[in-house]
Amino acid sequence: MLEIGLGHYLTVAAILFTLGIVGIFINRKNVIVILMSVELMLLAVNINLVAFSSFLNDLAGQIFAMFVLTVAAAEAAIGLAILVVYFRNRDSIAVEDINMMKG
Amino acid sequence: MIQALVFYLFATVTVLSAVMVVTSRNPVHSVLFLILAFFNAAALFLLMGAEFIAMMLVVVYVGAVAVLFLFVVMMLDINFTALRQGFQTYLPIGLLIGVVLFVEILISLGAWSIGPEMIAAASAPTPAPADVSNTKAIGKLLYTQYVLLFQISGLILLVAMIGAIVLTLRQRPGVLRQTISEQVSRRPADVVSLVDVNKGEGV
Repeated sequence: MLEIGLGHYLTVAAILFTLGIVGIFINRKNVIVILMSVELMLLAVNINLVAFSSFLNDLAGQIFAMFVLTVAAAEAAIGLAILVVYFRNRDSIAVEDINMMKG
Repeated sequence: MIQALVFYLFATVTVLSAVMVVTSRNPVHSVLFLILAFFNAAALFLLMGAEFIAMMLVVVYVGAVAVLFLFVVMMLDINFTALRQGFQTYLPIGLLIGVVLFVEILISLGAWSIGPEMIAAASAPTPAPADVSNTKAIGKLLYTQYVLLFQISGLILLVAMIGAIVLTLRQRPGVLRQTISEQVSRRPADVVSLVDVNKGEGV
């Protein structure tokens, strides 16, 4: 309990990932909170990568955490830009209104 | 002992603020709790000895992503109470799925262990912290072995930047703008005309 090992960090990451999933389900009308939940899940993945990198003494995990960070930033920028354009067109960001393409 | 206490402190605050992100009534509060979660996750990274990634997390996530979220939440005029309808109905199914997923992850974690050959098979063994600092070690690896991935991630950011600008740029009709070239190229002969005015009549 007092010796902090790999399992502790993996458990924190698992809790964060689960919270991200739950957030997507319970806020399924609000795109902004859904995007924030996706960010939480990416953070959990990063914690996993860095934890393994640290406890297996392999620096490659930290490099990959950096690439995940890059992709997360790009995803947030594009997602929010789409959100702003969508709000201009429809005056709403509710998920159930997103049906213009009838997909 | 101290390390364990610090770990539990930061881990607890991270998880609690993640809960607040998901359940908060006001999206502005959600963003602020997201920032708190990122800060505490950065502290967890520091505890693991990944100083560079921790600082990157603060710079990229707190400095860019979370502030971007804050801008969008505050600039869009959205009725958030209408968006919260259905929160109660989706809560049980969301919690159920969350519990199932978490138990699955825990089971897979409990059934799993690292083989000794995994530790020997590190593709990029971390140098001892006394010899090389974390940042220097990452730089040495990033600019040699992973330089192609580094370039590609730069391209991804470029595409994201251009995409965001193209998506949000708009030309509004009916807005008066100053066009300096037109002003400069204006000639008196084109715009000034002399009118003969008869006496007592006016123009």
